[in-house]
Amino acid sequence: MTRWLPIAVLAVWAGAALVGPLLPLEPSRVTLDALLQGPSPGLWLGGDELGRPVLDRLVAGARVSFFVAVSVVVLSGITGTLLGATAAYLGGRVDSTLGRIVDVFLAFPGILLAIALSALLGPGVFNLVVALSLVGWVGYARLARAQVLSIRQRDHVLAAEALGAGRARIVFRHLIPLAVAPLLVEATFGVAAVIVAEAGLSFLGLGAQPPTASWGSMIREGSRYMLVAPHLVIAPGMAILLVVLAVNLTGDRLQDRFGRRTGRAGS
Amino acid sequence: MDFLVRRLFSALVTVVGVATLVFFLIHLIPGDPVDRILGDSARPADREALRTALGLDAPVSVQFGDFLSGLARLDLGDSIVSGRPVASLIAQHLPATLQLAAAALAIALLVAVPLGVIAARRRGTRLDSLAMGFSLLGVSIPNFWLGPMLILVFSLWLGWTPVSGREGLASLVLPALTLGTSLAAVLARMVRSSLLEVLEEDFMRTARAKGLDENTVVWRHGLRNALLPVVTLVGLQLGALLGGAVITETVFAWPGIGLLLVDAIQARDYPVVQGCVLTISTTYVLVNLGTDLIYGVIDPRIELTEST
Repeated sequence: MTRWLPIAVLAVWAGAALVGPLLPLEPSRVTLDALLQGPSPGLWLGGDELGRPVLDRLVAGARVSFFVAVSVVVLSGITGTLLGATAAYLGGRVDSTLGRIVDVFLAFPGILLAIALSALLGPGVFNLVVALSLVGWVGYARLARAQVLSIRQRDHVLAAEALGAGRARIVFRHLIPLAVAPLLVEATFGVAAVIVAEAGLSFLGLGAQPPTASWGSMIREGSRYMLVAPHLVIAPGMAILLVVLAVNLTGDRLQDRFGRRTGRAGS
Repeated sequence: MDFLVRRLFSALVTVVGVATLVFFLIHLIPGDPVDRILGDSARPADREALRTALGLDAPVSVQFGDFLSGLARLDLGDSIVSGRPVASLIAQHLPATLQLAAAALAIALLVAVPLGVIAARRRGTRLDSLAMGFSLLGVSIPNFWLGPMLILVFSLWLGWTPVSGREGLASLVLPALTLGTSLAAVLARMVRSSLLEVLEEDFMRTARAKGLDENTVVWRHGLRNALLPVVTLVGLQLGALLGGAVITETVFAWPGIGLLLVDAIQARDYPVVQGCVLTISTTYVLVNLGTDLIYGVIDPRIELTEST
């Protein structure tokens, strides 16, 4: 039973994101009667400070969070893996240059660099994806580099080299496939990190702009009415917490299956 | 000694790299930064004045040189909004952030060490899964939600603590709790797994064979060794702590460098934004340098060689 709970939560999240636009939702409909109204049978999660239905906005927010999470993890995961794997395989100056760049990026607390970048790029969902990807690739690059360093002297790689395979072929066909498992674990935890980062930046006003609903901006706007309408903050927060918990549980499970994660902590 | 010199040098290189990136951030702004700051309706004279004030009329290489030589004198330029030197604004706000971070770290350690030790000693029991469940919850709960929830319960409903601001010790409790929770969760996991590894070691069996009671064995012999990797993790996690401080300070209107940064972003006060980002990152680099050096002192078994 508990095995399927995280998967169910993630399915609802993805489902809301993908099917949401087809549903008869009105996340921006202003109803003065529903102003700051608590949950009721007709309005399951109540209304916000403009009387907009909180449930509809929650579903709309799932879409933002899902697409930002998927785009950022795919973009930064692929870029980071390619850079890290290539640098480790080529070695020498390419590798040490990448190492220096990675060190500089790692010297920023991740969320801080994301805040600075999205502040300078200007608010908006697209810029948010750019900022979070620019911050996110470093982790994958580091992990892919470490993985490739440990496998590049294996017999099958040497054999491919002896057979005259090109560098690109070796990196894509013989190195990256063997490094995929830990990268997948990293990417799973990456999804959780991006969900929180997106909501956090939107909370600071740097993400999705009104009237687009995002879980983070819902918390930002709702926290002004906390005494009269706590549901405005509780509902989106619970949504974030449930999805992030589900992702982290899934990550833990993948990690148990694939063995220990080698990223993050360490020198 | 050789290690010390190399480690200091590598930290210096990183700080210079960080400064370079921070400098070029302002040039990442799409279009003209002057337009972004003043808007479209500004008079040409104002534009030119701001352009000169920001030094944007000089070639980039000259600007970069000025920026670096300013840094060497701890001169970070002046705020566009208030006209005050950025360095003095930061000096004024930094103590509040350091106080908050220290309090959060203290809370995290006070929670994480006992929790991790209990979980490791009662491995596989319900107590263990309860502790690790709490840890998973702590890692997953975002601080911009935990903060408002704590305010709701302890400030609005119970009336025990102030809603926001920095007046007296009571106002520190909720922000420190908000900031410290995820660190406590991460550290508890680390203490548990690290202690579990140490408990298997031969010297633990020896300590037991000497007839020491289990508490002395675990706390004196086990934990002292188990905490070594935890020290490294604390250093690395302080980055997340400093980053999280930006959001936590915004939630509680805590007058630290994070709030200064967020206010500066809203006012498009780019010199202040640059100064804050640079200060927080440099602090993080220095903390990690400190952790590495401490690590060398407390664990003589480790041969300190240059890490990549």
